Amino acid sequence: MEKITKRELVLHVNGERRTVTARQADTLLFVLRSGLGLTGSKPGCLNGDCGACTVLVDGMPIKSCMMLAIETVGKEITTIEGLGGAPIQHAFVRHFAFQCGYCTPGFIMNAHALIERHPNADQATIQEWLESNICRCTSYQEIEAAVKEALEAKKVDI
Amino acid sequence: MVPFDFAYYRPQSIVEAVTLFIELEQKGIQTLYYGGGTEIITLSRLGFVSTAAVIDIKAIPECRTLDADSDLLVLGAALSLTELEEANPFPLLTKAAKEVADRTARNQITLGGNLCGKIFYRETALALLVAEADIVIAGPNGFRQSRINDLFHQQLQLGRGEFVVQVKVRRSDVELPHFHRKRRKQGEVGYPLVTIAALKKGEAIHAAFSGICPFPFRSADVEAHLNDRSRLTAERIQTAVNAFPRPILHDIEGSADYRLFVAAQLLEDALRELEETM
Repeated sequence: MEKITKRELVLHVNGERRTVTARQADTLLFVLRSGLGLTGSKPGCLNGDCGACTVLVDGMPIKSCMMLAIETVGKEITTIEGLGGAPIQHAFVRHFAFQCGYCTPGFIMNAHALIERHPNADQATIQEWLESNICRCTSYQEIEAAVKEALEAKKVDI
Repeated sequence: MVPFDFAYYRPQSIVEAVTLFIELEQKGIQTLYYGGGTEIITLSRLGFVSTAAVIDIKAIPECRTLDADSDLLVLGAALSLTELEEANPFPLLTKAAKEVADRTARNQITLGGNLCGKIFYRETALALLVAEADIVIAGPNGFRQSRINDLFHQQLQLGRGEFVVQVKVRRSDVELPHFHRKRRKQGEVGYPLVTIAALKKGEAIHAAFSGICPFPFRSADVEAHLNDRSRLTAERIQTAVNAFPRPILHDIEGSADYRLFVAAQLLEDALRELEETM
């Protein structure tokens, strides 16, 4: 029980095994950006409100500013860099579902999880999930349209 | 970003967790039990929480139990709110959980964390208070189990080194007629102006509240007025509201008078819905 504030962590990120030294109190967001150079996840409010830092942990959307990196040891982490041209990314482009783009990675990660986990999501479910993210440019209409298009495409695939 | 260092521990059993807590405390190391961690991380950043060690209870099997097969519904304290929502073993608790924070945050927020949080709304407590759930607690003196109504006075009264392991609800109570409504100043995400959870057991309406005072409450006085069927509905509601504990919150989210007005309206809705289900 010696006092060790930093540890070497082995994280599974975007299908790769990555080793990083981090404080035990470091958030996943901080380690992804500063330790691993994955700057797609954005620091916004750092308070769990805006969703710009959303990543997937074992397929579940998580606000990475509110999770410790050390908690994710043994889990699969997916960031926006690991999506690799998912249908929701193309739908965002087609619908021009962004203006400044700062919130986009978080919205895309959350929407990707929704599509994967609830391909038959109804309007209430879509709204409930999208309420986790904030777009200060107010591109909400376009974002919702992109999500609905990607959901429809997923249903065709199934 | 947490602006100070702490050590992180992830015990695999209750005994290991409690032993660890005792050892750390004996060394003078301030320690917190850790569930979803959302509140500890956000309040640490703001300087409202500090700790030298955290003990994560999410790897303890008993804290992850979701057993709906017997006469008692058993819910582990480390279940996330979305896990509770998706399994939906207790519809009133599901409704309370679904209104906490937002969907993504609820993937992390745990039942035990919401019950024990420093942020005082603790809205899942309302469903447990009206259902008179039991709370299983582990600590340096072993296990104890108590009715939440005996343990929850503004907040859950836990001793040094204790943590919530499970919540138990009688299966016969989880399907009782109920009412849940949360009113915010605006929008669909955020803290309440008023939240009411009510449950009808026999002829008695149980009601618990958050957002009105700087603590959640269920009050025998309030319920006595609410259940006094010798009076007109409007009188029952007004006397119940007059019996609310004090202080009434009065802040930028809403004045005290406005919160009481909203509470009265919601109680009218609750009585209408619950008495129609008689």
